[in-house]
Amino acid sequence: MSTSRTSKASQTSPASRKALVALSDISKYYGNVKALDGVSLEVHAGEITCVLGDNGAGKSTLIKIVAGLHQHDGGTFAIEGEETRLGSPREALDRGIATVYQDLAVVPLMPVWRNFFLGSEIHKGRGPLRRLDVEEMRTTTHRELLRMGIDLRDVDQPIGTLSGGQRQCVAIARAVHFGAKVLILDEPTAALGVKQSGVVLKYVAAARDAGLGVVLITHNPHHAYLVGDRFVLLKRGAMAGSHAKDGIALEELTRQMAGGSELEQLSHELARTPAPDLSGGVAKG
Amino acid sequence: MSAEAPPAEETIASPRPVRGSLPRRLVGRPELGAVVGAVAVFVFFSVVADAFLQWSSFSTVLYASSTIGIMAVPVALLMIGGEFDLSTGVLVTSSALISSMFSYQMTANVWVGVGVSLLATLAIGFFNGYLLVRTNLPSFIITLGTFLILQGCNLGFTKLISDTVSTKSISDMEGFPSARKVFASHLTIGDVEVQITVLWWFALIALATWILLRTRAGNWIFAVGGAKEAARAVGVPVERTKIGLYLGVALAAWISGQHLLFNYDVVQSGEGVGNELLYIIAAVIGGCLLTGGYGSAVGAAVGAFIFGMTNKGIVYAQWGADWFKFFLGAMLLLATLLNWWVRKRAEESK
Repeated sequence: MSTSRTSKASQTSPASRKALVALSDISKYYGNVKALDGVSLEVHAGEITCVLGDNGAGKSTLIKIVAGLHQHDGGTFAIEGEETRLGSPREALDRGIATVYQDLAVVPLMPVWRNFFLGSEIHKGRGPLRRLDVEEMRTTTHRELLRMGIDLRDVDQPIGTLSGGQRQCVAIARAVHFGAKVLILDEPTAALGVKQSGVVLKYVAAARDAGLGVVLITHNPHHAYLVGDRFVLLKRGAMAGSHAKDGIALEELTRQMAGGSELEQLSHELARTPAPDLSGGVAKG
Repeated sequence: MSAEAPPAEETIASPRPVRGSLPRRLVGRPELGAVVGAVAVFVFFSVVADAFLQWSSFSTVLYASSTIGIMAVPVALLMIGGEFDLSTGVLVTSSALISSMFSYQMTANVWVGVGVSLLATLAIGFFNGYLLVRTNLPSFIITLGTFLILQGCNLGFTKLISDTVSTKSISDMEGFPSARKVFASHLTIGDVEVQITVLWWFALIALATWILLRTRAGNWIFAVGGAKEAARAVGVPVERTKIGLYLGVALAAWISGQHLLFNYDVVQSGEGVGNELLYIIAAVIGGCLLTGGYGSAVGAAVGAFIFGMTNKGIVYAQWGADWFKFFLGAMLLLATLLNWWVRKRAEESK
């Protein structure tokens, strides 16, 4: 996997490339509440940009701006060098930005192939006989999933019968197939076990190798470090750091992510708690 | 982990998707429970009622099934789309009343009334749908409201205009014979006398099945009922789909209403109350989930057929018609349980 990646990266030298998506100094207010302040982020083709942060750090606000659900209040948002303001998720999709939400990705009771083509169905025939090209869609779904490394024998099964990881993968494969240039993944591994997470991360890497710019939102630094090329840390709506992979080690990333100095203080406080007192209290009661 | 090899062209195992085995695919169909139920009801009444197996009985059963089935099919689509409509029963009566009273009061050709009724019925359907997508209130509440409003209007306007609870006869008016031919005639096929409503019913089943399984709109209906937000996120026009479903229900209510009018000539304004539940029951027996996203038009039609067989079978067995509701309730519970059990088995076997 790594060989194909380096070959891809060497095709275009970093200096000549324009960022697919570039946010600079973005801010966003909900009424008087400042949700984002001065956040910058760049997404390049064939790279994975990880956005890390605790709950409430502004991760979801940030992706909602890129996905077209919200508009930013300050700063600039450029797609391939052109400054824009997205009005709807449909507009974002048309500009090549696809978002895979953790829980909103698929319709569980519908067959895999119907989910894959939902909203972008293929037709054949004319006039009143215009109809869905079921065979074409079934084979395409099968082929595209296979290309991502998912060998699903029966694409007619309800997608709800797949595992959580597989469902995320179908959503990713769908975004790749429909020509997304930028793929935003909202906590794709949050609800998954270790093995399932590994599978999903592999498909994230596969999407990167297909030349997409990937934004991976996560609060797990270990997952981020496995696949990420650059890391943006958010804390209470502001930038807490932006690093390239060779500029930061996993331990440092984990430490910053976990709250850095706050965590050290917490560990001191916890360490001083006198344990024997507690058990004594229980025995008396 | 090694089985799920890294993405590479070499991992291609089966170049084309395969379909599951036939029994498994059958078990996965939503109408299975209804079909099993229909066979059971058929066998039951064949044994207990001698008259049940005659051709003329069959024709009567089909007719009873079609009067419910014409509405059950679009109601099933609406339920697959995740919504209810409690106003369907009285909407049928409203539709009949409008065309009868308009023609009578204007002394116009009855076809004019029929046309006005179509527009008015569709407008009521649109009102239901528009209110739903605008307010996001539960459809149960909204259509309960229109149910009561229509029920009141049916009685109130009829009394105001005709001074009685029923409409005046329009059988001597221009256009009545031709309209009767379209909405309330019958033809003989072999030994069986087939009411034209049966043909309307079959046409609706075919149309609804085509829409559900072979058009983009069908894909959207399943999606908005199964996971509204996920559908919206991939660009499905949720509002338009839901309003369209209510328009479909209204269209069928119009067909049903015109049959009511041209079959009996006069319309009782209090009719139709309670029928909305029969339509929903037929759809649920046919495998529609109350929560949406799952079901079929054919299943709802089979549900209506079960209704027809039970309704008439009790008469042929010479039991009191009072037992009909008991059977209907038992059928509803049994079919729903069977559907639930089959689906559970199907999911476990995967």
